[in-house]
Amino acid sequence: MGEVISLSEQRPARARGRFRWHAPLAGWVGAGLVLFWAVTALVGPYVAPYDAGEVVGPRLFAPMSAEHLLGTDYLGRDMLSRILDGAYYTVTLALSATVLACLFGTSLGILTAIRGGWFDVAVSRVMDALISMPHLLFSLVVIAALGSSMPVLIGLLAVTYTPGSFRIARSHALGINAMDFVQVARARGEGTGFILREEILPNMVLPVLTDFGLRFVFVVLLLSGLSFLGLGIQPPRADWGSLVRENVEGIYETAPAVIVPALAIATLTIGVNLFIDNMPRRRRGAPRA
Amino acid sequence: MNPTLIRLVANRLATGLLTLLLVSLVVFFAAGLLPGDVTEAVLGQSATPELVAAMRETLGLNRPAPLRYLDWLAGLFHGDLGMSLVNRVPVWQLMRDRLANSLILAGFATAITVPLSLLLGITTAVLRGSPYDRATNVTAVSLVSVPEFLIATVAVIIFAVELQWFSALSSPRFGSVEQVFQSFTLPVLTLACGMIAQMTRMTRAALINVLDSAYVEMARLKGVRPVRLVLAHALPNAIGPIVNAIALSLSSLVGGVIIVEVIFNYPGLAKLMVDAVSTRDMPLIQACVMISCAAYMMLVLFADVCSVVSNPRLRHG
Repeated sequence: MGEVISLSEQRPARARGRFRWHAPLAGWVGAGLVLFWAVTALVGPYVAPYDAGEVVGPRLFAPMSAEHLLGTDYLGRDMLSRILDGAYYTVTLALSATVLACLFGTSLGILTAIRGGWFDVAVSRVMDALISMPHLLFSLVVIAALGSSMPVLIGLLAVTYTPGSFRIARSHALGINAMDFVQVARARGEGTGFILREEILPNMVLPVLTDFGLRFVFVVLLLSGLSFLGLGIQPPRADWGSLVRENVEGIYETAPAVIVPALAIATLTIGVNLFIDNMPRRRRGAPRA
Repeated sequence: MNPTLIRLVANRLATGLLTLLLVSLVVFFAAGLLPGDVTEAVLGQSATPELVAAMRETLGLNRPAPLRYLDWLAGLFHGDLGMSLVNRVPVWQLMRDRLANSLILAGFATAITVPLSLLLGITTAVLRGSPYDRATNVTAVSLVSVPEFLIATVAVIIFAVELQWFSALSSPRFGSVEQVFQSFTLPVLTLACGMIAQMTRMTRAALINVLDSAYVEMARLKGVRPVRLVLAHALPNAIGPIVNAIALSLSSLVGGVIIVEVIFNYPGLAKLMVDAVSTRDMPLIQACVMISCAAYMMLVLFADVCSVVSNPRLRHG
């Protein structure tokens, strides 16, 4: 009994040490960008100077000015307000899809690692089949069949990225499942739920979080790609991908209306990538999918 | 070739075919999910119940779905991809030239990305930690995390609008060297950026894995010269993962090409597919998806076989 207690006491101490973060500059830049866009997505629509749908001036594709900090779009709407509004769609939609994908993928991954047997085989086969279709192609088929709406998009993105998260979680969980403290817990008579929650999950928090960040980047890219093709968020709503699409004519005038939303996507995804790339103890060459 | 190897390859091939069958099921029955069907999309405003019924009859949409699926599958094996519901011509006729165009575009992109990213990946792995390595790495991370349409937009602004070297739209023309450059530089550049970044990162990681192993340390200690150390000692053991990385990046072409063809209005297969999605021309979508998926599977299969063949333990096992 004494041994069991000492095992469970060791873990929190190790976990605390891990999160002292001596990151290089790139890591801080990434963290700053992520924080900036997170706050923007939350408060953006409330601090926007104009209504996102309101036509504010006669001038189309206006350059930057004091009145319209980021110029105007192809209908003469204030671009800053539209970016702030778009941040809400891009970030919340991508975030909810990623949370769903990781929640589903990780719990299935750990469950298959604990259970094994036919359950493992069946789930792994389905996931393999799902992953073997290029993501954009799969999305095109689903959207052709179901049309494009917010629930369809969230579901589609979540389903698309569940297998990747599943694979990574399963490979980590398999390793942890074989360790002594899990055997001890099992010998103690703990149930599957307890082992999943209390023994395995706490020991793979970091890889799961890293994977979450990566997957968020993929989701943002796929979502904006779909919107750019006109198959994502539908007007009058617009996420950043749709904003680039709407204003693509402005490219010939080098209008900020086409550059700024593209830059917004880039800073968000690069920020997340820099942040997780400089997280402590990231396992290089870990399976990516 | 030995039995183990043949069995492995046959196994992969069977899995690939099974997956393709699964994909075909998904693709076919996805068509049945949509509310309203193609007759309404085609007839538009002029859709009266009688017209819709007549058209459903001529298109054979009244027969049970499993039967239509089997027919369609049998057709695929004969190279008969069905009729486009919107254009009323055989799907293959629509796809033939487009497919060739897409393959040319992908071919150019591959010819540029593979050697360049091998060079970058190997040099950064050898010069690990140097400013050159770090600069390349940050650039690669940035390029991987940027959507293709951003790269395309920037490329168009710089090369088409400001410098006016190339046109912002692209169609394949082969009249002269100049024309080839005119039509392919911008699309290929856009496609290549992301792929080079991805391949470089994976090549570097694979080679570093090998460079860190004990036998390379041993070779270094016994005085093997650096170039020979990398090329003769380390590289052969990294070939499996590297080829795998290349094939996986190439398969991301399937996605990248869709965006690039739309942006540059390039008459390729992907453009056809996106247009078909908006008109819901299901036979056309099904055929495009099946062909793209088959291409993707072949690349993945090729990667698998390469990693098996390059591993002596499996080769002689």
